[in-house]
Amino acid sequence: MIEFAGVRRVFKVGDQEVAALRDIDLELVAGEYVSIMGPSGSGKSTLLNLIGLLDRPTSGIYRLDGQDVTTLDDEAQARVRSEKIGFVFQFFHLVPRLSAAMNIELPLILAGLPPEERKQRVTQLLQSYGLADRADHRPDQLSGGQRQRVAIARATSMNPLVLLADEPTGNLDQTTGKEVMNLLEKLVSKGVALILVTHDPGLGGRAMRQLQMVDGQIVSDKRNQA
Amino acid sequence: MSPGDNLLFAFGSLRGARTRTLLMMIAMSIGVAAVVILTSLGEGARRYVIGQFSSLGTNLVIVLPGRSETAGVNPGMLLGQTARDLVLDDAQALMRSPAIRRIAPLSIGAAQASNGALNREVVVMGTTANMLEIRHMELGQGQFLPPIDPRSASPVCVLGATIKKELFGAEQAVGSWLRLGDRRFRVIGLLAKQGESMGMNTDNLVIIPVASAHQLFNTQALFRILIEAKSRDMIEAAKHDAEQILMQQHSGERDVTVITQDAVLATFDRILRALTLAVGGIAAISLSVAGVLIMNVMLIAVAQRTQEIGLLKALGAPPAQIRQLFFAEAALLSAIGSVFGLVLGEIGSAIIGQVYPALPVAAPWWAVLAAFGTALGTGILFSVMPARRAARLDPVQALARR
Repeated sequence: MIEFAGVRRVFKVGDQEVAALRDIDLELVAGEYVSIMGPSGSGKSTLLNLIGLLDRPTSGIYRLDGQDVTTLDDEAQARVRSEKIGFVFQFFHLVPRLSAAMNIELPLILAGLPPEERKQRVTQLLQSYGLADRADHRPDQLSGGQRQRVAIARATSMNPLVLLADEPTGNLDQTTGKEVMNLLEKLVSKGVALILVTHDPGLGGRAMRQLQMVDGQIVSDKRNQA
Repeated sequence: MSPGDNLLFAFGSLRGARTRTLLMMIAMSIGVAAVVILTSLGEGARRYVIGQFSSLGTNLVIVLPGRSETAGVNPGMLLGQTARDLVLDDAQALMRSPAIRRIAPLSIGAAQASNGALNREVVVMGTTANMLEIRHMELGQGQFLPPIDPRSASPVCVLGATIKKELFGAEQAVGSWLRLGDRRFRVIGLLAKQGESMGMNTDNLVIIPVASAHQLFNTQALFRILIEAKSRDMIEAAKHDAEQILMQQHSGERDVTVITQDAVLATFDRILRALTLAVGGIAAISLSVAGVLIMNVMLIAVAQRTQEIGLLKALGAPPAQIRQLFFAEAALLSAIGSVFGLVLGEIGSAIIGQVYPALPVAAPWWAVLAAFGTALGTGILFSVMPARRAARLDPVQALARR
């Protein structure tokens, strides 16, 4: 489903060119649960941004769902993001002035769905993430775990093919972190691909497939025996 | 994203930053209010002047004896002739023109007026019954001059309000006798109090039939002939006819001056309209200043909401969408600001109207529309740059910040 062929990403820092990713070849199948681990600066976040179409590779080809997305213009990429990709961030990135329900509704509004359908989906999502009684609360009135649940609900509201999670538990305590991971893994069991970026080996080890990155390259690609 | 959702979202972000929104709206409304108040002042002045003119009478053409030439030499002057007087026959002859509805000859003089021991110098106006309609005079009591042949004298008079008060006090004036010079006139009517209009105070007038005035002052000359054209379109025709007829009357000599009130009015109208536009334009500058302010604050908003913009992009908002969101925000801001400004402007105009009741202050519809349009236009125009900046934000960078 996700196919990287010779993908490079080079940043210019002053006069120097720094390669964040060097010739990445990677293939992920639909519904796969992959963790990307590695020290900071190893390029794992850059890889995630490329997968999420937030960034463009300097060279190489990226195919998503059989479509070459590197050549798409901004508008088309935005549509792909809206329809196929969900993001979960370390710092939640909820819009502070909007209620939990409104935050979840945001991708649906942006996609231009009719209000009745939006309402229905949001109610359903609030229900399934145990946020029904928090619907009208603003993010600053929610606990960290609740915030991340809102963020996950938002990421899944458009039924994406793949969920990209960058240190989703990085800002949570152990217990809530575990809860959040359970939620994400439950999504995997429903067929959503999950790509998890973390530097915590314990967390990364739970994934079916584990990528280890160093210095912009994938140095190991292990699979757990199911 | 539907336009309604777009507006709703923009409204939400405006509500999210109350102080900022409030300050910008104040700036916007002051600009709009300035335009509204200043143009309504200018428009008020224009209407005031036009009102003053039309209180003189409508569709007026005025004939003056003598001709003011700005170039060339009048042959009469070389022969030592003075301009011929305007006489009653001239006035009568004017009625031949199909463009003229009615005329009123006017003869002016000063005389001593007395009632018993009370006496004072008054301005005596000799004219005919038509004067009442032509000059839009209002009668307070009794009747105006009778519609008799202008050549026949009749010892009747109509008094202005001030004269009545000074010579008769609380006494019944209508029906009493008034002595003017060496003649006696019966008071048959009183003019309603009108006050000054274009330098002529009817309150201080004594009006008598024109023939009586000629006897009183021992002259045949008229001071003016007032002509009322049949309609506004006929004014030029009436003027032309009057010139032709009087030239014939005066054996082919152009020795009268015919002016139309309309020409004077049109000039004033143009001047005051230009003035209104000018002050409105100056006020519009304050609107554009408000526009710059909007740009500044929108830029700050973009900087403050970097993360939110990055998030919207990650959630699948294309650059055009982000731009629209910021446009909608600016448009909403200026629209709400303008509405407040319009209300503020109307209140301001109303206050000025209270302080100067003579001035008919009211913002003309085009000024209201222009103020609103300019406000909305500047708001959106000056949000182009911030909106583009927002749309171009790199989502990776925007989201990386904490």
